[in-house]
Amino acid sequence: MTDEPLLEVENLRVRFETSRGVTEAVRGVSFQVGRERVGIVGESGSGKSMTGRSILRLIRPPGVATADRLMFSGIDLQALSERRMRAMRGRRIAMVMQDPKYSLNPVMRIGSQLVEALKVHERISKSKARERALQMLADVQIRDPERVLSAYPHELSGGMGQRVMIAMMLIPSPDLLIADEPTSALDVTVQLEVLRILDGLVKDRGMGLIFISHDLRLVSTFCDRVLVMYLGKIVEEIDASRLQDAEHPYTRGLLECLPAIGGSHEPLKVLKRDEAWA
Amino acid sequence: MSDMTHSERSGGLKAWLTSDTPASRFQARAINIWFAWRDLLRNPLAVIGIVIIAALILMAVFAPLIATDPPNRQDLAARLLAPGVDGHLLGTDELGRDIWSRIVYGSRVTLQVVALVALTAPIFGLVVGTVAGTLGGWTDRVLMRITDIFLAFPRLILALAFVAALGPGIVNAIFAIALTAWPPYARVARAETLTVRRADYIAAARLQGAGTLRIITGHIMPMCLSSVIIRVTLDMAGIILTAAGLGFLGLGAQPPLAEWGAMISTGRQYLLSHWWVATMPGLAILIVSLGFNLLGDSLRDVLDPRGGQK
Amino acid sequence: MSGPQSAGNAKIAVSDLSVTFTQGRRPVRAVKGVSFSVKPLESFGLVGESGSGKSTVLRAICGLAPVSGGEIRIDGAAMAEPRDKAFARRVQMVFQDPYGSLHPRHTIDRVLSEPLAIHRFSDREDRIVQALKDVGLDARFRFRLPHQLSGGQRQRVAIARALIVEPEILLLDEPTSALDASIQAEVLNLLTRLREERNLTFVMVSHDLAVIDHMCERLLVMRGGEAVEALERSALADHAVSSDYTRTLLTASEGYVR
Repeated sequence: MTDEPLLEVENLRVRFETSRGVTEAVRGVSFQVGRERVGIVGESGSGKSMTGRSILRLIRPPGVATADRLMFSGIDLQALSERRMRAMRGRRIAMVMQDPKYSLNPVMRIGSQLVEALKVHERISKSKARERALQMLADVQIRDPERVLSAYPHELSGGMGQRVMIAMMLIPSPDLLIADEPTSALDVTVQLEVLRILDGLVKDRGMGLIFISHDLRLVSTFCDRVLVMYLGKIVEEIDASRLQDAEHPYTRGLLECLPAIGGSHEPLKVLKRDEAWA
Repeated sequence: MSDMTHSERSGGLKAWLTSDTPASRFQARAINIWFAWRDLLRNPLAVIGIVIIAALILMAVFAPLIATDPPNRQDLAARLLAPGVDGHLLGTDELGRDIWSRIVYGSRVTLQVVALVALTAPIFGLVVGTVAGTLGGWTDRVLMRITDIFLAFPRLILALAFVAALGPGIVNAIFAIALTAWPPYARVARAETLTVRRADYIAAARLQGAGTLRIITGHIMPMCLSSVIIRVTLDMAGIILTAAGLGFLGLGAQPPLAEWGAMISTGRQYLLSHWWVATMPGLAILIVSLGFNLLGDSLRDVLDPRGGQK
Repeated sequence: MSGPQSAGNAKIAVSDLSVTFTQGRRPVRAVKGVSFSVKPLESFGLVGESGSGKSTVLRAICGLAPVSGGEIRIDGAAMAEPRDKAFARRVQMVFQDPYGSLHPRHTIDRVLSEPLAIHRFSDREDRIVQALKDVGLDARFRFRLPHQLSGGQRQRVAIARALIVEPEILLLDEPTSALDASIQAEVLNLLTRLREERNLTFVMVSHDLAVIDHMCERLLVMRGGEAVEALERSALADHAVSSDYTRTLLTASEGYVR
């Protein structure tokens, strides 16, 4: 956060033109990310995932993403050719999705997938690559990496699969990691372990992290800064530690509608949506 | 109620059909059919298929008006005339009968075959498949082995055997085709049943106290119906060809009944010298089969949500 | 572990329940000797992570899972195998996934009228209208298909369907875990209100301790098909728990700790 930001986004818009008319999923979003953990929080339909995907230019037709400015460490992402963008995606900006089952090749062993990913990025012998793969799995706290290397994706539990995904994404040491609901499919205890790994990696490597989630409580305890999105707009940007002092009624509503252990057993506060927020 | 009258007044039938707040069961159903129909019409290939099938139906219904001659009137003086000669649009056959008129009347036979087979075989297959899939266990094994036995024979051979046993004739031919056509529908329906029978909505129905019969007819069959309908339209071409094949072999329609397969069969003798006698009914079979195939393909896009992602 | 159950005045008494599935040829024991009892008008929670067997217990009560040992009694009586219509009148369930628990080709009207037809209710029209009103759905939704509704609206339909036959016991299998937080609050409030209005007994399954704490007076923590410990609600608030696993769950539910 001290020097110039890693990522600058200005007036990002994502539109979908279908036979039933035009819908805007993201409507003018601007933010900056340094080497820090930024959380994007919102409910379904808030456009949080679309925001993450459009940074990597992964919006599929009929969707169209536009921005006044989309700069990543001095590079204009919008001006890159599709080929250079592909290189950018692997090498400098990585993305982790919600369900590792859809991101790993189901008919290849984990080991072969990791080795292949390594060989794409650097010239390295097969045995060297294997050694590196083992080391990487150990880095994401996998206890018996040998077994995982020879396993197929379906043989891994959700938490294990997500760790493998993270390991794979970190092969080229990206500067920015976009994690889209990386732990939502996991049990709470596993969820925290995966977050701890992510946290360590961000600290050790000085990566920037965009953490997209619907879980305000989790984001507020994990990230440095939180962007709250509602219907395609950022309604509030706030330091995670100051979340309890949030001003926007939507943020407050999201915080208050959660049941809490030891809380009162009165009916929960219900979020009253205001058309003026949109 | 005021809601409905308002929408009716403002936009008439169109608004009634596109309303997202249907006010009755009937309207809800009409809206669904309307949207499927509209999606279907967006596909030009589907429109071609629909036009061909509509033409077939019109031809069969108004045959006496469309045909230029009675189909069986012989005129030995005007044998084997080429298309266009003496007002015979598509020429005449070896007995001097007008080929165009025979094709027009033949459409009635074709439509009869298609309609009867389409009404019997898929329903029987649907029942066998859903029952086997839902009950599982021994019922499933017995029903599916019987299905496999039927599937093990080439369709035409099996139909031939049935017709040979029952005696030649168009009714027996239809019966034989229906008997050989149901196994694929049973397979399709069973496969579909296996994917939905563990769904929560089936468990929910069971928890409501619904019996097995109600679950099969009310919950499982509607989910299998679209696959079966698609399969039927795609199979129609094959059914027409099988009927024509039986006619060609002399086991289907008997002379002098105008039937496309039988017409090709007799025309075969004159193929080298008088090509049109066999070719014209052949073209009719080709066009109608194509029509059903096009419709079936497009129906798959409309009815099957899984096919919609291309 | 909880002590021996006094099955005398329990609404639901589950004792030493085991459920075994066969996967391929291998038997998989999903529930291993679980016991608990639910008092009349009580709300009872089952908490655990995936694979804990909590949902399987619920399904076993409904006869949707193969019971291999132990017994389940409702009002002191064993239940018919398979479950009959009389059972359906008394015990109903709301499923986790509002997208999978409504038939995709049935209108809401059909969803609600079917149980009425099965149980031969007479004033069906009035009951459907009332059921929609009770769960806070506008009458305009009546003839729509499920895909025209949001997740929260679908779950309201599923609740209406379960309650339309006026059961005494409602089993809730993660009823809000597929919903947004703000919608979850609405659905939980709805369930609380309906429970009071209709004198229902709840058994609720969730992975979310906070949700269970909000909804249930007593709860059972499960792990790997076994019961870990039974707790009063107050014990959660005071962190007065005896097993390490429950403590881990409690800490985890407060979010990430640096």
